[in-house]
This record gives sequence, C-alpha cells and structure tokens, in this order.
Amino acid sequence: MPRAIAALCLAACVFAVVAVAAFAAGAAPPLKAGSFEPPRAAPDFVLAGSDGGALQLSKLHGKVVLMSFGYTHCPAVCPTTLATLAEARRSLGKDAGAVQVVFVTVDPERDDVATMRQYVAAFDPSFLGATGKPEALAAVRRSYGVVARKVPLGDGYGVDHSSSIFLIDREGRLRAQMPFGRDARDFAHDVRLLLAS
Amino acid sequence: MRAKRTGALAALALVGVAAAAVAWAALAPITVASRDELFAIPQGTWARRMAGDKVEILPATIRLTLGVNDVLLLRNLDDVPQVFGPALIMPGQSFRLPFEAASTYSFACTAHASGQLQVVVDPMPEPGWPTLRWRLRRWLR
Repeated sequence: MPRAIAALCLAACVFAVVAVAAFAAGAAPPLKAGSFEPPRAAPDFVLAGSDGGALQLSKLHGKVVLMSFGYTHCPAVCPTTLATLAEARRSLGKDAGAVQVVFVTVDPERDDVATMRQYVAAFDPSFLGATGKPEALAAVRRSYGVVARKVPLGDGYGVDHSSSIFLIDREGRLRAQMPFGRDARDFAHDVRLLLAS
Repeated sequence: MRAKRTGALAALALVGVAAAAVAWAALAPITVASRDELFAIPQGTWARRMAGDKVEILPATIRLTLGVNDVLLLRNLDDVPQVFGPALIMPGQSFRLPFEAASTYSFACTAHASGQLQVVVDPMPEPGWPTLRWRLRRWLR
C-alpha cells in the first residue's frame, strides 16, 4: 500500500513538472517595447520612397517593419534612433533580411527623395526613407498618433516630434511601440519574437 | 496595583506589536500580485470632453517602481481612438509598456496641456528605511 501511495505521489509530481514546463513553453515571452492588445492592422499609406519608387507599407508584408518618424536636420533623436536600428539589424545576422526599417519625414520642406536617400543610406543601405506632400504626411502621422511641431532653432527651424519606433509584424499588424532611448538589443529581442510568432 | 501592572503590560505588548510591524514593513521583501499600473479611459470620456468637461485621466507625472509596478498599462474603454500617453489606442485596446531601468522618461502626449507626460521609474527600494518609506507612501496613497 505505501508503495502505491509513493508511486501515485511520484506520478503527480511528474505530471506537475510536465504541466508547468508545457505552460512555460506555450506562454510567449513579453516584448520589451510597449505592446498593443489586441493589435490592429498598421494604417497603410503610399509615399515617395527614397529608392525612387512608391513606398506602400502594405507591400512590405512578410517583413517585420521598424518605422520611425523624424527629419534629416534632426540634431540628436533621429540619428540616434537610426544608428540604434542599424546596430539592431546587424546583430540579427541572417534574420536581418526579414527586417525593413522605414524612416518617415516630418519635414517635407527640406527632405526630398534625394536628401532622404543620402541620409538613410548613411546608416544602412537597406533603410527606406519616405517623403511626400505635407498633407499626406500629416494624415500618416494622425493615423499613428504621431505629433510634429515646427519650432524656431538658430537661424532656421527644428521639428519637435514623437520619437517612438513602431513595430509592425509580418502580417502587417501594428504590434508595438518602442520608446526612444532603448538599446539595440531590445529591438533585436523584439524582432526575433515577431519573426518567430 | 494589579490594574496598573496589567495596563503597563498591555502598553508594552502594544509597543512590541508596533515595533514588530515597523520591522516587518522595513525588512519584508516587497511582493505584489501584479506589476501593472493601470490607467483607463472610461467610456463616454470623449463625449464629456466635447461637452466642455475638462477630464484629466492621466497625471502629468506617473511614478513607478522597478520590480513592483514597472509596467504602465493604458486601456481605452471609450468608443473613439484616444492618444493616451505615448500611444494612439483604439477603442477596447490596451497598451502595455514595461520599464527595465530606473530613470525619468518623457513622452509627447497631446492629452496634457504641457504636451508632455513624464514617467519616473524609481529603483526597487533597499531593505530598511527606503522600504519602510515606500510602504508608508503606498499606504497613504
């Protein structure tokens, strides 16, 4: 009888360990970025791409898209963001090909296609810049909740703008939003999760 | 005489219990059921705003503590999309933002007159006075 009880206890323990392991394996680890639940389709747009063609977001389905808003005259935030994204992409090794960085200007007055091409390529030749008419860009910003405001800066002007980076999965869903200042490793971590999901 | 002694003993016991409570509050590890700090936009907020009601749901500064309540959870229960803190959140949608480093974070936020939302993330308090102070602040909140 005591043997039977011991066997039962052992079986219960094994079952508990297996159940916990299965639960742990099933639960997806959380993203480092701020995540949306439930995710919605990333608002689509067509803008002028820095590669000379039309840049339509929905045409990038199949890739994880990291999208930020900024401008080429930005003194600090935008260069830091793009350098971080370039580092994150490099760190992904063979998975880098499944990631597309898109940089949408908030300063169409100065950021034409040629300027955007030269600027984004300085960080990573695969990066795509997007520009267009002010009203088209304003509509894109509204659909993502991005704010941009012209402010005087020296002899010219600067643009105060939202600095988060949007993470869009391979099905084109807006999954997350990474605040400015996070490490390249955080981006790589989240991109790997999105590629695996 | 006996009543006096009983009173003294009761006072002593009370002091002992209070000291034990303070020791516990200062030294016991901080544990929480959830690390989410939830802010929700109630249904009808947009309508109230349209009617001229100045509804403030999100404070201009949010204080979080690492390891305790270090996940900012914003939920839109209203019927229209809302820019809530750093994100545009659809009706019925939530935005969950975890923090892993103690620092002060600034976000553009159109919901505030200043246009900014600050999130101050404090480190997990050390055992002793910092933990006691943290618990007192929590209880008084």
